Amino acid sequence: MSVLAYESTPEKATAKKARSVEPSGSRPTRYLDPGRIILYSVLFVAAVYYLLPLYVMVMTSMKGLPEIRMGNIFSPPMEITFQHWVKAWDSACTGLYCEGLKVGFWNSVKITVPSVIMSIAIASVNGYALSHWRFKGSEVFFTILIFGSFIPYQVMLYPLVIITRELGIFGSLSAVVFVHTIFGMPILTLLFRNYFASLPPELLSAARVDGAGFWGIFFKILIPMSVPIFMVAVIMQITGIWNDFLFGTIFAGIKNFPMTVQLNNIVNTTQGVKEYNVNMASTILTGAVPLCIYVLSGKYFVRGIAAGAVKG
Amino acid sequence: MNSIEIKKLGLRFGEVEVLKNLNLDIHDGEFLVLLGSSGCGKSTLLNCIAGLLELSEGQIHIKDRNVTWEEPKDRGIGMVFQSYALYPQMSVRGNLSFGLKNAGVPKAEIEKRISKASEMLQIEQLLDRKPAALSGGQRQRVAIGRALVRDAEVFLFDEPLSNLDAKLRTDLRVEIKRLHQRLGNTMIYVTHDQIEAMTLADRIAVMRGGKIVQLAPPTELYNKPVNKYIAGFIGSPAMNFLKGILHGGDQPYFIVEDSKFPLNGYEFDGPVPEEAEAYLGVRPEHVVIGAEAEASVAHHSVEVEVVEPMGSDTLVWTQLCGQHFRVRVDGQSELKVGDTLEIGFDPSKASLFHAQTEERL
Repeated sequence: MSVLAYESTPEKATAKKARSVEPSGSRPTRYLDPGRIILYSVLFVAAVYYLLPLYVMVMTSMKGLPEIRMGNIFSPPMEITFQHWVKAWDSACTGLYCEGLKVGFWNSVKITVPSVIMSIAIASVNGYALSHWRFKGSEVFFTILIFGSFIPYQVMLYPLVIITRELGIFGSLSAVVFVHTIFGMPILTLLFRNYFASLPPELLSAARVDGAGFWGIFFKILIPMSVPIFMVAVIMQITGIWNDFLFGTIFAGIKNFPMTVQLNNIVNTTQGVKEYNVNMASTILTGAVPLCIYVLSGKYFVRGIAAGAVKG
Repeated sequence: MNSIEIKKLGLRFGEVEVLKNLNLDIHDGEFLVLLGSSGCGKSTLLNCIAGLLELSEGQIHIKDRNVTWEEPKDRGIGMVFQSYALYPQMSVRGNLSFGLKNAGVPKAEIEKRISKASEMLQIEQLLDRKPAALSGGQRQRVAIGRALVRDAEVFLFDEPLSNLDAKLRTDLRVEIKRLHQRLGNTMIYVTHDQIEAMTLADRIAVMRGGKIVQLAPPTELYNKPVNKYIAGFIGSPAMNFLKGILHGGDQPYFIVEDSKFPLNGYEFDGPVPEEAEAYLGVRPEHVVIGAEAEASVAHHSVEVEVVEPMGSDTLVWTQLCGQHFRVRVDGQSELKVGDTLEIGFDPSKASLFHAQTEERL
């Protein structure tokens, strides 16, 4: 068509003019302009780049060891088998115990659920008080709290070991929950304080005139308005605590190792055959929880990650 | 009987004194407007009365009860906010009933009060909607309804109409006035809009710098402002000020350049100074033109500089004795720039302010 249009006979030119329409109404959408093509190709390449390792992991986890040794990591398995997944879950050896990842999974659940609930419960009340019920020294209090998030965790490990020992909880699930709750405090308080501070103060004044007190306002007015920020906090905490390795290793005690620690023990054994298929299956299983949360919560997850980026 | 008594109220935020030794008595059933430009402390005072801010000094009595240390809910007040402050997750019905539920009012009584308030404000058909699905005017009605169902002694309005567009503002203004006439409650209304203040108030308290500068009925505020600030603030278009020399004595007169304005009959507020620099304040709407002007005590010929037609009337900008002077004339007059206009006014009906203190003379 464009070839025809460029032939400069007068009749053709007028014909083209007649065909081109006066702009009016909504602009016609062009689905295939060059910008879009480039955009989608870049996105496609990026997606492939990041999906490839996952693909290799899934494929490897379904192959037998002889097939893996052939070295064709991209080729699909000749014979699909899920026995390595079963082994990873049920009977892979971590150190002396051969009960698989399921022990670690349940430990992780037992650590994550109370830690998430406690840290969010405390931090949201903190943020609420710091944003709307200022007391003398509340700014100083807040500054100290935020300062806490700039201190590297490693510095506090030894004192925390002593503290948990003195509390008599060292080497138990409560110790890990305790530590996670404490370390969640600065960033979560900041998150909640900033969110609550953005709500109109007149709303709280109105609620006070209507006879709601500190807790009444919090539970009846603020929480129903703040579902998004609670979602963000939950996602941030679940992914953060689930992926934690350090505190789990130190505070939980051998029987209570979370999934990440168990995974490390499975993958990093120095004895016997390296079972790549079992390792891959274990890794996917461990990563499945944050992955599922990502898929299920979509936009909240991105916000959670962005908010957690301050965490460092 | 006084509905609200404010005694020696003071409020400080650290070093900053927001309200200083403030005394105010509000009568039963009175509509009092707190008027002032932003930052004058009028909303702060209202929040103190509501109990949302802790006083540094002084007392607040509502219905002869000292409520200085009481929570807002126990003061017998209902409050309406500028930003409506409706609870977004609750329906209109939920918003109206929230306070009553907190107070433990029985269900049947809640229903009764809601239906009464919603009928009065014509929001019956909106009861099951969420605030997000309401227009600005409807939201403010609901906010007023929330104050109404509380059966409060005193209603507090914190610039309730400032977020609405001009037409709605005038509509709701009348409605608030009707509501006051119907309920007869004491109402305190904060605004920076002098027209709202003039139209609604029984008395207006003009505030400036944390103090009440003048507390008077609208007409008095308009006719006898106590200082130049209020004179310029009240009334639209604003008052003209001519700077000149006041000569006292038995026959006081005012000199601007070489023109003399006799002040026979002017009611001085205190002793008349022998000779003092002063401002003569003349309202644009008190200036007469044409034949009427010739008959008045002080009349001059001036040249029209700018004409601002506003439909109902027209504002003419001129120079009188070398100083800017605005004149309000009939909207049908066909004055053009450059025309000569005969103007006149009665200096004894004008206002005189001291040039330094800016207080009324």
